[in-house]
Amino acid sequence: MVPTLMGRIQTRLFLLALVGAVVTAAITPILPVDGPLHDRYRATFIVLASVAVLGIGWELLYHVCMQWRWEKDWPTMFGLFTLLPEGVLVGFLAVLGILPLLPASVPAWAFITHFLAVWVAVWLFANGPMRAPFIRWRFRGGRLV
Amino acid sequence: MTEVIDAHSPAEQPATTELPPLLRTSDFWTDEMVAAAGITSYDMPIVTVGGGMGSFITADYLRVAGGLPTTDIQVISNLSHPWQTYERLATVSQIKQEDRIRSDSASRPDNIWGFPSYALTEAIRQRTLAPLWQVLVEPVFADFYTPKLRMVMESIAVEARRIRYWDMLRRGDVELVRRRVGGGYFVLFADHRVQNPTLQVVRCRDVHLAVGYTGLQFLPELQEFRTTMNDYHHVVNAYENHEHVYHALARRPGTVLVRGGGIVASRVLERLIRDRLTLGLQTRIVHVLRTYFDGPNGKQWVARRRGRDGFAYQGFNYPKSVWGGQLKAEMRNMHSTRRDKVYSDIGGTTTAWRREWQRQLRIARDGGWYRAVNGSVVEVRRDGDGVATRLRIADGELSVQADYIIDCTGLNANVAEHQVLGDLLEHGGAQLNSMRRIDVDEAFGVRGADSGMGRVYVTGAASLGGPFPGVDTFLGLQIAAQEVVDDIARRGFCRRLGPVTSMAGWWRWITGQQI
Repeated sequence: MVPTLMGRIQTRLFLLALVGAVVTAAITPILPVDGPLHDRYRATFIVLASVAVLGIGWELLYHVCMQWRWEKDWPTMFGLFTLLPEGVLVGFLAVLGILPLLPASVPAWAFITHFLAVWVAVWLFANGPMRAPFIRWRFRGGRLV
Repeated sequence: MTEVIDAHSPAEQPATTELPPLLRTSDFWTDEMVAAAGITSYDMPIVTVGGGMGSFITADYLRVAGGLPTTDIQVISNLSHPWQTYERLATVSQIKQEDRIRSDSASRPDNIWGFPSYALTEAIRQRTLAPLWQVLVEPVFADFYTPKLRMVMESIAVEARRIRYWDMLRRGDVELVRRRVGGGYFVLFADHRVQNPTLQVVRCRDVHLAVGYTGLQFLPELQEFRTTMNDYHHVVNAYENHEHVYHALARRPGTVLVRGGGIVASRVLERLIRDRLTLGLQTRIVHVLRTYFDGPNGKQWVARRRGRDGFAYQGFNYPKSVWGGQLKAEMRNMHSTRRDKVYSDIGGTTTAWRREWQRQLRIARDGGWYRAVNGSVVEVRRDGDGVATRLRIADGELSVQADYIIDCTGLNANVAEHQVLGDLLEHGGAQLNSMRRIDVDEAFGVRGADSGMGRVYVTGAASLGGPFPGVDTFLGLQIAAQEVVDDIARRGFCRRLGPVTSMAGWWRWITGQQI
């Protein structure tokens, strides 16, 4: 991947909204958590939105780190490994119930399952199928518009 | 990111067929002038000249993304298939069919989406996870994955059949492209395979030129040796067939002087070293490098490129973000003076860091039969059965006795010496840019050469120096093709591919459907 700052942010928001929403909608009913379904959906979508919002800050940091690389590329595995710092931050906030509009604090295992599923699905999509509908995307540093 | 080459040595280039002086000297032609000269003409909306990788990739883009039928596109070329020159140059410069070329996994000339990548396709076909593992951990824990030459050539053949490339191909040597009064262009060509070639003309709206390099290039001192001594045996260019050198070394011990620090020099050294190790030869190698890289080099703010033992290392022939990332975006919007500086900061001859090849070099160095010298060639003389070379080095001069000299410094990129491009500069309104290649804009349209509703586009090596640096590569040609086709769509002459039509096209590709 050879992203620009604008491209990173656009791709992140777009994929979380599309792939992230689909995976979240599918996985929420089977998560190991108690509570009525609408509360569960509220929690998972708030976590998803938090990943997106905090993600803008993270992408800025990745962009700065990338300046030290001669190729100005963001290797495939970096896109996978960054799930650790991001997951820890959002997980921390979710499990402690600090995220806004959260109905209750999120159980750790439920969070981990949901976060991993969304992250891996988005990462796989960005590294392949994304190119099928958007032929200019990879030549524009990840920009969709 | 693969280097693309399409060279004809001057001896191969056909002499210009007899053309009436009126047509030869006029910048603008009318239909009547052409008819009066007795030249048969026919119409075609878009003509692409060259018939190599550049023409194929653009024709593929026009067909798949632009949705144009084969009857709207004509490829005029003296090649019988688009990968012909590329394959020939790759094999003589020591890339075998089973070797991997310096090209990224997603640089697929046969697939405009770059998905599935070559790595994924290889993994599926060979039923192995190794290529996928490599693209996962590259370039940190493994070398960049690169596809095999054979796989790339075969994939192009399949796609060419799918888009019915040969329905669009017209065999001929293009001599010139001139503007037409009233708009559009005349493309003049003749088929030099026949006894008495007759001139023909295509009247078209748009012309695309992807004609590659003008020919082989030699350092002036080496060129002088070849011509004055009439000796094409002892001093060779890596891009011409030079198997006789390796055969001679296999018969008796010899010394080879290799000049150049790029990927071709790396391949040649690999062959020489491998032959010595596997056949037990006594080959000695003197490697002459004009610029000796011993540490970090290049300049991009805080980032530096790796350099060691004389070589500058880079995954591909430009920093990777040139093909769609930060550098591409930055250079597109730069003023040309600032852009020239960036070209020189990121430029320079580089080669790929390959673990296996590093190991071979280490063995050769430790064994004392490979020596890298930082210097430039001053003079080459015949000396008995071999050649004596005088080099200028840091503290004076050095004389080297060698049996053969292999010049790996590349191909002749002088556009003014090329038949068609030179004419475009003289009569077609084209200009040179700061790198002395054809001046093009962001859409690869030649500045100054527009004709009414028609445009001339130049992509590939001849367009280096413009807003996009990575021109002479597979992915670069695809990026250029996208710009060209989007420009043609903007002008209303083909469709602009959107997400839905793109997915439909991709599905047709996956299912192998001919279009």
